[in-house]
Amino acid sequence: MAIDKLTGENSILFIRSEQLFDWARRNSLWYMAFGIACCAIEGLMHASGPRFDFDRMGVFFRASPRQADVMIVAGTVNKKMAETVKRLYDQMPEPKWVVAMGACACTGGPFREYGNVIMGVDKVVPVDVYVPGCPPRPESVQYGFMQLQKKIDAQTEERLAARRNANR
Amino acid sequence: MTIDPRTDVPPAGEMLGDTHCPVPDTLPVGLDHVPTGVDREQAEHLIVNFGPQHPSMHGVLRILGELDGEEMISGEVNIGYLHRGIEKLAESRRYDQVGTLLDRGDYIAGIHGELAFAMATEQLAEIEVPERALWIRTLVGEITRISSHLLWYGPMGLDAGAMGQFLYAVRDREMLLDILEAITGARMMFNYIRPGGVLRDLPAGIERKILEFLDHFEKMLPEHDDLLGGNEIFQLRTKGVGVIDRDKALAYSLTGANLRASGVSWDLRKDRPYAAYDKVEFDVPISNEGDIYSRYLVRMEEMRQSVRIIRQVLDGMPEGPHTAKVAKVLRPPAGEAYAAVEAPRGEWGIHIISNGSDNPARMRYRPPAFYALQVVEDLIPGTLLADMIVVAGSMDIVLGEIDR
Repeated sequence: MAIDKLTGENSILFIRSEQLFDWARRNSLWYMAFGIACCAIEGLMHASGPRFDFDRMGVFFRASPRQADVMIVAGTVNKKMAETVKRLYDQMPEPKWVVAMGACACTGGPFREYGNVIMGVDKVVPVDVYVPGCPPRPESVQYGFMQLQKKIDAQTEERLAARRNANR
Repeated sequence: MTIDPRTDVPPAGEMLGDTHCPVPDTLPVGLDHVPTGVDREQAEHLIVNFGPQHPSMHGVLRILGELDGEEMISGEVNIGYLHRGIEKLAESRRYDQVGTLLDRGDYIAGIHGELAFAMATEQLAEIEVPERALWIRTLVGEITRISSHLLWYGPMGLDAGAMGQFLYAVRDREMLLDILEAITGARMMFNYIRPGGVLRDLPAGIERKILEFLDHFEKMLPEHDDLLGGNEIFQLRTKGVGVIDRDKALAYSLTGANLRASGVSWDLRKDRPYAAYDKVEFDVPISNEGDIYSRYLVRMEEMRQSVRIIRQVLDGMPEGPHTAKVAKVLRPPAGEAYAAVEAPRGEWGIHIISNGSDNPARMRYRPPAFYALQVVEDLIPGTLLADMIVVAGSMDIVLGEIDR
């Protein structure tokens, strides 16, 4: 999509509404301020700090799940926490995405031998992007968000292609 | 009689007539547990659930509070949302691998956990640590202390309603993380201090980088202080709030800056010197008020003293090997050892029991924030709702080390 490349005055743009909405969504991915463990320092605090500054990508934190588009699961999820993670995911409005940040959220990480730890948050909520590392650097999380933007674009294309095929 | 809704406010008990929803028999999912001693049918008191997802909860702490208007009647602290078996897993790790787990325990200042574990292991195995390793340990320990206090200072202001200082704290912390990355190879999870010394020697040219930071930080520290501590609103919010007197601080076994803010001079770096702390000069800041503001003052002064220590360490850094000759797989003789260090949050102690194999038979650590959290529960009755957040934030709690 090339909306951002449009220049010039008095230009008229014809676009499908869902394409426009998806374009807006992918450029304002607001994540929920929900840090579980160590990864929250890198993925939420330093990410919103002056050096990495996720705000410039439209990635900004919201305190409430009801205003958030993305949940960054930043840390180890254990059995006591899993219920809360699921409940917060259910409270987020559609469309919503989940970024599993760090080895613990991806697979259980260094604590996977322990019975209380859930081996990856994908056992609890569906995950869109996995960011490996222990902890991942903020750049990795940034790259994860770029992959998520690509995924949102691809979903739009897929939906449109499916409709074209159905109409044929 | 007509009721004017602007002036006539019925008592809370009468509001539960036909017009308002009745009190449900069962609380919503997740709230099936009310604080002990609270009658859930009491309509005047509101039971509020904070956390585990709350933007100012410093991790996954959960507090169930009972409110009368805006005043807290009681609060029950609920932990365990990050329990991941650090102590149990240490029983299946080699002695040089346990540091990886302790890093993830206190994830803001992991170096101090590694240091305590290395010291306990050295006691068991009777390893003589070379002089240079002791000075490097002091250096990275103090760098971590500044970075930890900065990460206390920023979010603490957020809790009190300020925003700007957080961005400045993170800016300065990024410089510290760069230095730590150059020395240890990682920004957060180091596993740098091993039994017998440190993993590798200081990289070339690191002195210049550290001095650059110190010059910058010495200029910036008064500005940090003006920005938050000089703010009148912050002073009103913190002075005389959350007071822990000397007796209570001792009764709850508080350590670190929380104890020193209550007027007790106890700092392991002075009183039980380890690493190279007996060879450097520094002061131990104390405040007698015991309120949030004095905890703030003590931590700010500690950062200034850390700068002083780092300068002396850079000047006096001896030459020599950075680690003693230690077996690849360490098998200390059977026995037990305890070692404690002054971590940014207080006394971090490690107790190891060895049975002569290459894994510890049992490892336990003393998380200083765990004791600080117990005082929070004691301070809650009578404080305002908004002050409760600041009180909890002022104790510098890290849930990773509390839940293990």
